[in-house]
Amino acid sequence: MIPTPEADGKVVVAMSGGVDSAVAAALLVRERLPVVGITLRIWPSLRPPAPDERFDSCCSPGAVEDARGVATALGIPHYVLNYEAEFDREVIQYFTDAYLAGETPNPCIPCNSRLKFGSLLTRARGWGAARVATGHYARIHRDPVTGRYQLRRGVDPRKDQSYFLYRLTQEQLAAACFPVGHLTKEDTRRLAAELGLPVAGKPESQEICFAPGDYRAYLRQRAGAVIAPGTIRDTGGAVRGRHPGVAFYTVGQRRGLGVGSREPLYVIDLDPATNEVIVGQDRDLWTREVDVERVNLIAIEALTAPRRVLAKIRYAQPPAPATMLPLPDGAARLCFEDPQRAVAPGQAAVCYDTADPDLVVGGGTIRRKARGGNGNGDLRGSNAECGLRIAK
Amino acid sequence: MRVYLDHNATTPLHPEVLAAMLPYLTDRFGNASSLHAWGQEARSALERARTTIARALGSGDKDAVVFTAGGTEGDNLALLGAAAAAQSRGRHLIVSAVEHHAVLHTAAHLARRGYEVTHLPVDAQGLLDPDELRRAIRPDTILVSLMHGNNETGVLLPIAEAGRICRERDVPLHTDAVQSFGKLPVNVDALGVSLLSLSAHKLGGPKGVGALFIRRGTKMQPLLHGGAQERSRRAGTENVAGAVGFARATELMLQDQEGAAKRLCDLRDRLECGLMAALSGVERNGHPTERLPQTTNLAFAGVEAESLILALDLEGIGASSGAACSSGSLEPSHVLSAMGLPRERIAGSVRFSLGRTTTPEEIASVLEVVPPIVERMRRIGAGHPAAPGAWA
Repeated sequence: MIPTPEADGKVVVAMSGGVDSAVAAALLVRERLPVVGITLRIWPSLRPPAPDERFDSCCSPGAVEDARGVATALGIPHYVLNYEAEFDREVIQYFTDAYLAGETPNPCIPCNSRLKFGSLLTRARGWGAARVATGHYARIHRDPVTGRYQLRRGVDPRKDQSYFLYRLTQEQLAAACFPVGHLTKEDTRRLAAELGLPVAGKPESQEICFAPGDYRAYLRQRAGAVIAPGTIRDTGGAVRGRHPGVAFYTVGQRRGLGVGSREPLYVIDLDPATNEVIVGQDRDLWTREVDVERVNLIAIEALTAPRRVLAKIRYAQPPAPATMLPLPDGAARLCFEDPQRAVAPGQAAVCYDTADPDLVVGGGTIRRKARGGNGNGDLRGSNAECGLRIAK
Repeated sequence: MRVYLDHNATTPLHPEVLAAMLPYLTDRFGNASSLHAWGQEARSALERARTTIARALGSGDKDAVVFTAGGTEGDNLALLGAAAAAQSRGRHLIVSAVEHHAVLHTAAHLARRGYEVTHLPVDAQGLLDPDELRRAIRPDTILVSLMHGNNETGVLLPIAEAGRICRERDVPLHTDAVQSFGKLPVNVDALGVSLLSLSAHKLGGPKGVGALFIRRGTKMQPLLHGGAQERSRRAGTENVAGAVGFARATELMLQDQEGAAKRLCDLRDRLECGLMAALSGVERNGHPTERLPQTTNLAFAGVEAESLILALDLEGIGASSGAACSSGSLEPSHVLSAMGLPRERIAGSVRFSLGRTTTPEEIASVLEVVPPIVERMRRIGAGHPAAPGAWA
């Protein structure tokens, strides 16, 4: 069953040109809902070609045409909205700022919370539509007891995208609709083929849509002027080499350091204040304790006491048992049962319910840990500050 | 009720135009350059069409009319052809800042090839001071291009005055009369132009055909090579059916040009006054009287034009923001920008353009539908994309 909006209300479907949002739109059309397709154009359109430019070279012009083709096949109106400036401000700038601050961003998260379910939802309401649907693999249910809108993992465990949606507020979830959340990717493709949608066989892209390939090249192009080379130090404070800019590194990274060592060296910290990359050994990468800020809670209204959760510190990682503790100023601490490797500041940590592992409790942005004095940081796992023993 | 108020983008083909064209798409298929009877039949239709267009422009010289594939080609041929022919004389061109992109982008193309382009400013009402032109003309000026009636605001530029100035200085004047032809008397001698571009589909004719008037004696180089058609000024098999349709549309328009203009003016004023009376924060862009009868450009405070146009389309009303070819681009309208209007006002500006098929009932229906939509969008704040921080 698709959670369907009021039968008389229009639904706006954000159509990326891919198969998931195409099937999402098709399912809503099948429910006889008045569907309006929208494609957000995030790249520049009107610019004179460079003298040596080929006519067909552009970053992603096909997406709009693909979405249009699907809308035509479904017989729904379709519009292309100019999101170039907004996307730049809300997603690309965030992405760039995060790397410049030595953090590792998740650009899909603000794209969902600030664009698709932010300004697009506001616009949709202006058009008289109550809801915005996307092709995300996640589900929304209303808790009959608390009345809260719950975000749940998509049925397909390999495709679940609830991680990228954890910032949605109750108001946003109330208006969101994920028609393919109850399908597996195979179901989606089969449905697309059955319905004769022109994108049924379109290959999947896992890349950052605005920076395909090497994101470092993109950063250099976007912010090269403010990226400065600096020093690589080890955990003992000794200088181990030079780096081209902290923005080009992520915690846990091993390649690209150019530092000789008997044991393999990894990036264990990035210090934007001193513009230093701190390297250490594998054991320096493990920690039990992860602080998150700007916490957004979905399943519960407030975190007033420690709560056992299953938390993941990056998208492509199974959730691990932890305890979530409230901290002041909308922050929280996650104390994992087992140490976690290469926790990257800036990434989202998303928590699921222990008893009901499909249910998103909430999440936050991982905060950089203050390192010990004299550059002699010890990031090795310690549970001492948690003050808790976690019962298995 | 579906209401089309985008006649400056294109107009419906007049049924009598279609009837006039049909024989030349079926039985009378001959190539106008062929020697035989089939060719002669096509040739005589083509030349009759040419005479009709020339007469409509107040010219007895039918050979001054070169059929083109539309307004854009006419503008390109005028600028590129005149520039190529006058290379020895100079490399300076003058255009207004509010030209159609067919002129502006062609001028920019010439600028990249070593020509110098002066852009004449307009005032806050879109008017151009002829003294600006007087000051801008130099000994090496080879062409002045000023549009007759603006496609976005309808505001008229002082072509007759510019024509006198250009003749005094012996500089050819081109005018893009694509929007004004059919709405106002367009006389090449009264305007004093050497070159004048037209397009058939703006006055009930077919798309893909237009004309460039080239006054005898004007030095020109062709753009298209490969045949002696159009007196070697435009190679390629003649679009006989298109030319016949264009001529028929012109004849129909001339039957009651004054009456039609008065009717359009009246309907437009009813629309303007009605919207301004029903809604606060609605302002007209452009001079109130020095403009084409069919066009109004209105700024809706607190509303985003792109979003409003989409909402109107969902209700069956077709309008646009600026030129059809530039809507959806990031650039705010260059016409409204040149008038010095604030960015927010430009962002909320919508063009309604009326035509032969517009009825008083349609205007009444628009006056019923538009105000509640604008009010809803203002209430929701859909005109103001979520400010940073608006969504957690």
